Order: sequence, then structure tokens, then C-alpha cells
Amino acid sequence: MTRYTGDKAAVAALVQGHQVHRDVYIDPEVYRLEMKHLFANAWIFVGHDSQTPNKGDYFTTMVGDQPVIQVRHTDGEIYVLYNRCPHKGTKLVIDRTGNTGKFFRCPYHAWSFKTDGCLLAIPLKKGYENTGFEQTDAGHGMKSVGAVMNYRGFIFCRLAEEGISFEDFFGGSLSSIDNMVDRSPAQRLEVAGPPLRYMHKCNWKMLVENQTDTCHPMVAHESSAGTAVRLWKELDMPEGTPLPPAMEIIAPFTSPYEFFENMGIRTWPNGHGHTGVHHSIHSNYTEIPGYLDKLSATHGEEKARAILGENRHNTVYFPNIMIKGPIQQLRVFIPLAADKTLVESYIYRLVDAPEELTARTAMYNRMINAPTSIVGHDDLEMYERAQEGLQADGMEWVNIQRLYDPDEDFEQESVLNGTTEKQMRNQFHAWVKFMTHDMPAREAAE
Amino acid sequence: MSVTKDDIIDFLYDEARMLDEGRYDDWLALWLKDGHYWMPLDYKQTDPLNVTSLMYEDIFMLKVRVERLNGARTFSQKPKSRCHHVLQRPWVDEIDLESGRIRTTTQMHYIETRLDEQMLLALTAQHDLALIDGRLRIANKRVDILNCDAAFGNIQLLP
Repeated sequence: MTRYTGDKAAVAALVQGHQVHRDVYIDPEVYRLEMKHLFANAWIFVGHDSQTPNKGDYFTTMVGDQPVIQVRHTDGEIYVLYNRCPHKGTKLVIDRTGNTGKFFRCPYHAWSFKTDGCLLAIPLKKGYENTGFEQTDAGHGMKSVGAVMNYRGFIFCRLAEEGISFEDFFGGSLSSIDNMVDRSPAQRLEVAGPPLRYMHKCNWKMLVENQTDTCHPMVAHESSAGTAVRLWKELDMPEGTPLPPAMEIIAPFTSPYEFFENMGIRTWPNGHGHTGVHHSIHSNYTEIPGYLDKLSATHGEEKARAILGENRHNTVYFPNIMIKGPIQQLRVFIPLAADKTLVESYIYRLVDAPEELTARTAMYNRMINAPTSIVGHDDLEMYERAQEGLQADGMEWVNIQRLYDPDEDFEQESVLNGTTEKQMRNQFHAWVKFMTHDMPAREAAE
Repeated sequence: MSVTKDDIIDFLYDEARMLDEGRYDDWLALWLKDGHYWMPLDYKQTDPLNVTSLMYEDIFMLKVRVERLNGARTFSQKPKSRCHHVLQRPWVDEIDLESGRIRTTTQMHYIETRLDEQMLLALTAQHDLALIDGRLRIANKRVDILNCDAAFGNIQLLP
């Protein structure tokens, strides 16, 4: 029995402003609709262009549930192609990264394709003469996604052929990527090593919501950050002893509610938003010697200070990534099923900046976001408990009402108290928009 | 001051037993104070600092890690995990009694369980040991997981 497929009103009714129905987290049918509509109509993060620096370099990943290849073509441009041979469906490459030279060659029947997807050659091609092969999809080579954008090194794509433009989709939220890239004296980031890969038995949206959930750190992370702060105090170091880098990273997780209320949350249209408008857990890191001078040489000192003064905590790019500008981290929440999400956490090097900054970022990544992280352990525990708890009948709604205003507007940028759940409501507002806007046309066509 | 190959091998078995039995104070006492526990993220990783690792922890952070396991509000350890190391006989790769530096390689299977879940990891542990006042100590430890690049759920105890 289908309850939501082809029923725009039923999908829209899952979101009621101050609450959302549990089916958005637990129903496999809703998950399939998300893959078909939301992840096709929105702009989705693919990878960073430094992951494929040379011609023929490729990187394989998922856009929603779609296997894709990010590849650098012979003209230097990056293409995003479906990872499927147009012949029998075989994935053309299965390693995560590699170099394919000038063409992809299918290992099954040796069909080959240029790195922009065009058909190059088929063995014994005369067998297709006078068969109408040229008019088929298979005859056209590998299929490209609908649209690709390289924004300052970050590759996004829209699967749908038609739809919202990149600029309209992201709007003012691109200022967080700008701030992250502007922190490089060369105005360029480079991926630093492979990402952490952390499997979560929960819905992908729980992770995205948690990025701007500022009322959980002092509770869920008391066991890690609280223990660290207590043990550091017990060392009874002399007054004025600087905190070691690990303590600078973990201690702010136990900051009081007031700290998070005052940090502020900004929302942008289409589900994007960030915590840490005024300050954040990244504000008080020790300055790295020589960095400000290098950055000032690029931007002038005033602008360099303004760039470093921006300490946005987590920026959510709806639907499924989060970036941390001040430490050059990006986390992508890849939805594998209604109750299964793969989280990949990347870090980037600021080209021409002191390497100590990369070391701090690597430390943050392993301390907070690894499967071995004492902070990550408690987050995952909460998500998985929620995924199981939501099965309970009798209460079918999840509350997202903190600082709710029935008249709130999602079409304008807003800055609010840092503990508001407006950013979660903003995500669900966008969720309904991109889930439903093409529903009637698509369903009718099938 | 001398140490035999058997002493070294016994030391490594004892260390694994401490971890399996949750005797973390004893385990921390094995370490030299500037030691690091390194678990690389990448196969044959050479740099612990400027790319991501799964763990690269000094003694202070290791202490935080094991203290946390017994905390009243350590939610991911309610109920607690249990672990089990099965060691192949360690290779003693190097004994330099002049400098007191010893290097070993130990292959093992590591099992961690909690609630209805159980996971098995194949590990290679490399220990740098030091002989200090006649006692073996851990100077550094590197633990490589065979499938380090796979996606894992929580790994909560110490492989």
C-alpha cells in the first residue's frame, strides 16, 4: 500500500510548522520519494575539485541514492556522470578515486567513453548497423547529471534537467563557503587525505538537524567534554597555563546554555542556515604565528581580520552537508535507507597557510567525528535511540517548537536567538518545497 | 638490565588482558608520559598529524577516554561494551638493550560487543617499548585496522 506516492497533499501534511510526522524519519516510502524528488530537484554536494586535480582523475560517490563519478575531462572541466555503463548497467569504476586516462572502458564488453561521457568506441560495432542504435539512450554514451556547478572548488550538481538555478538555490548562504576559501592566502583549498567514514543506523535528517541543535552539547557531551574539563582542572596547572589544542577543541562543548543562546542562528531561504553568528565554539583558538600576516598580504589587514573574525559554527547547506569555515571541515550525510546514513567527514588544507592549521583541523575531525570519537559516540547513541523510539505508536509527531513563531517567514534571511529550532523548521519548509513541486507532473508521466 | 624475548611477549599479552578486563588504571600505568596511541585512517598512512586519523591521543586524552567509560552520564556506555583480543604470537622485531628501545609487531583479532551487536576487527599493533628501571613501558603504540577505510559504527573501547 502506498500512502504518499503521487499524493502531494499527504507529503505536505507531514510537516506542520511546529512538528513533523515520524514518517519523515522511518517510512521507506518517504525515503524513496526523497531520493526521487528532493535529491533530484535540489543542488547536492558531489566533491571538491582538488580530489580530481589532473585530467582523467575521477572520484566516485553518491548523490542521494544515485552512483555518480566526478571526473576531470581533457578540457580541464569537471563532469559529473552516472556511474553506469549505458550498455548493461555495469558500474564503470568502483574504486573511490583513480585516474582513467583519456577514457572510461567498461570491463564487461569494452565499450569505451570519453571523460565527458561521449561514446568513443564499441568492439564489433557493425553488429549495431541498421538497428536504430544511434537513436537509443545507449547509443548516446554515459548519462550526465542535469547540471553541475563548481563554486570556488566545491562541486555541486542538480540531477533534474530543469529546475532552480544554483544561485537562486543557495543565495546568501554562499558567504560561508566564501569565508572558508577566503581563509587561504592563495584563495584555494585542497582536500587533506581521505574522509572519516562513519555508519549511522538512523535517518539522515537527524544528523542534519543536529548540526544546529544547540541544546544538546552540554547534555549529550557532558561525559566527554565534561570529563576532559574536570581532569584538566585536577591537574592543577599554574594560573595562565595555555590550554593544549585538544582542550581548546573539546572544552567549549560544555559551554552553558547562555553561550549558545547568545551565539545566534541565521537562516536563509531554501533550508540553509548556520549557528554561531556572533561567536562560536571555534572563536577562542590560539592564533597561529605568521598566519595573519600571510592572509593580510592577500586581502589587506582589515579584510583579513574581518575574515578571521567570522567564526560561524555549523553551516547547513540543505539538504545534506554541513561545513565549518573556521576549521575547513565538510561533512556529508549520505542517505542509504530510511534508517541508514553514511557520514563522511572531510578536511581541507588552506593553500599557502601554516600547516599548524591543518593539524588542528585533523585533530578536530578525529576527536569529534570519528567512529572512535568519544564525542561522536554519544551523538550516534542519541540518533539510534530516536530511530528505535519513533516506532512507538500513540505519539506520531516530533516536536521542533523551540522559539516557534506561527508567522515566521522562511523566504527572508533572519538572525535569531542561538537556541531556536527555526533552522530545523526552515529545513522542513524547504523539504516540502523540493519534495512536492514536481510531484503531479512526474507521477502522471509514469 | 636485561629483558628476554619471552618477557616482551608476556608484556604484550598482559596489556591485552588489562584492556579486556577493563583494568584501565593498570593499562595507563604502562605508558611513558609522552607516548601516543595512533590508529591510522588510511592504509599505510605515514603522517599522524596533517591528515585525519581515527585516533592520535596523548596520555591526557587517553585518560579522558577511559575515565569517561565509567561516567554516570556516559549514555553510549549504558549498557557497557565488552571487548576481547585474540593475539597471534608477537614478533619481536628489534631489541636494542643499549638504548633500551624495543619494537614489536602483533597481529590480532579484536571483538567488541554491546547489546545485540558484535563486531570483529583484524588488527596489526606495533609497539615501541622502553626498558625503564628494569620495567617494560609503552613508548608509542600504532594500531592498524585491516579495513581501516571501511565505514564503521561506534568503536568504543580500545583495540
